[in-house]
Amino acid sequence: MSVDRATVRRIARLARIAITDEEAARLETELSGILDWVAQLDELDTSNVEPMTRVEAMTMKKRDDEITDGFCADDIVKNAPQVDDHYFVVPKIVE
Amino acid sequence: MTRLTDLTIADARDGLRDKTFSSRELTQAHLEAIETANAALNVYVLPTPERALEMAAASDARLSKGEAGALEGIPLGIKDLFCTKGVRTTACSHILDGFIPPYESTVTANLWAEGAVMLGKLNNDEFAMGSSNETSFYGPAVNPWRREGSDAKLVPGGSSGGSSAAVAAHLCMGATATDTGGSIRQPAAFTGTVGLKPTYGRCSRWGIVAFASSLDQAGPIARTVRDAAILLKAMSSHDPKDTTSADLPVPDFEAAVGQGVKGLTIGIPKEYRVEGMAPEIEALWQQGIAWLKDAGAKIKEVSLPHTKYALPSYYIVAPAEASSNLARYDGVRYGLREPGSDVISMYENTREAGFGAEVKRRVLIGTYVLSAGYYDAYYLKAQKVRTLIKRDFDQAFEGVDAILTPTTPGPAFAIGEKAGDPLEMYLNDIFTVTVNMAGLPGMSVPAGLSSEGTPLGLQLIGRAFDEETLFRAGQVIEAAAGVSAKPADWWSKGV
Repeated sequence: MSVDRATVRRIARLARIAITDEEAARLETELSGILDWVAQLDELDTSNVEPMTRVEAMTMKKRDDEITDGFCADDIVKNAPQVDDHYFVVPKIVE
Repeated sequence: MTRLTDLTIADARDGLRDKTFSSRELTQAHLEAIETANAALNVYVLPTPERALEMAAASDARLSKGEAGALEGIPLGIKDLFCTKGVRTTACSHILDGFIPPYESTVTANLWAEGAVMLGKLNNDEFAMGSSNETSFYGPAVNPWRREGSDAKLVPGGSSGGSSAAVAAHLCMGATATDTGGSIRQPAAFTGTVGLKPTYGRCSRWGIVAFASSLDQAGPIARTVRDAAILLKAMSSHDPKDTTSADLPVPDFEAAVGQGVKGLTIGIPKEYRVEGMAPEIEALWQQGIAWLKDAGAKIKEVSLPHTKYALPSYYIVAPAEASSNLARYDGVRYGLREPGSDVISMYENTREAGFGAEVKRRVLIGTYVLSAGYYDAYYLKAQKVRTLIKRDFDQAFEGVDAILTPTTPGPAFAIGEKAGDPLEMYLNDIFTVTVNMAGLPGMSVPAGLSSEGTPLGLQLIGRAFDEETLFRAGQVIEAAAGVSAKPADWWSKGV
């Protein structure tokens, strides 16, 4: 097993996904299986290879730093589960 | 008389301009077909008949004034991954329940600007993560094809399973789809349709629900190579809102259809002859080679030595980017919210309830490979392997114009048949995923039927931004294969 139960719990916490004990057990097997399988990449020596960052050489375009959008607060909050005026409402963070 | 739903886009375009029928009649015929079929096939997660008829009426008005766009009055289905202004868009995930985008994706905006009519939103695997459409929150879409002598329900492939099944069952004239590891080409192969993933950057990703941003591309699924060319032309554009979209002219892809393959050299990669490949897949591949040779192409063996590493590196890159992209679903700005004792438990409960098993699996894999201490060993390593895969293709394309392979290792499987083991499901993408890793264009063309009487496809891979060669070669295979078999209509009965 390349990941143990504690690691599954730790990454679930990092990913902000609550998991049950049953799920943790299943994920331990599944994630280990996937990670063991991708370990075949270790066969390749990539020490002198650059990581791929783009498909075709292309210069990143930059636009002028000016306002192109805005004044649409109604649209922005329209889909939120809980709003107050133009604010998103979440459980209390600071006591 | 031919039913209106049997027409190709190219034929319907003529009929609309000649006033043989109206867009309203054409649209109505498709809406009626959806009405009788959707309960059995589950391809539309949201039909939009009222909007369709409004758009058709506007098209008829423009047609009568002689102001027709390239897709004027043509009814299409839209994968639920494309944001459609004012129309629910969920990526078939519970976590996007009730999300109504206040904006339109660039690809769909391009289609409407050319006069296309929206019939509704099509089913897909949740967040496009899957190869069978079984991970959709709305349940699996069903393949209109069945095995000879069996009424077992088959998968239409995935993630664009609603798109492929709807096109195959004539419930739209063409559909939008997206492809991150094979999600256009594999469903096209499973349903006897044509599916094309263009070069990364050809279509804007703006307004498409993101899965893995360095791999995602939109493309069409259609019933003929010509129809796919017509759709791709309309979908493509340079878009300043997507910095990875290519600032290149969009060719008239349709003009390439029918130019043939005389003078072209087609590469056959020996590494795609994988262990345990079904003899009928090998035979189909040989048949494809023979067809292209008969049409005047030269055939040459090529080597893509890093092929076997494409799938494992994909299962690092795609989940890593997905875990990052899906961080936005937190119950605050849109979609589902599950209460919690504090803000963190609210996030955790929302994501627990809102994501399905496959999405959670990938988000967790992605979180793991990006977590402290593992980034170099996994994500960076996988990006380096991408360079090697891309280099293989660059070298091969020095001597060939396109590459021919099977699209999938086998025909459509039954619903539930491969649901047990995630790795077994991932292997479906073994021939398609290399193309996404290298950012190249790929097309699946129907080429024959399996021993079970279900469709099989061949894949053509092209140089970056050379979709035209794929349309040329694709049309040659389409014409030579002459696949005229259609799935028998079992789905409209008894509704």
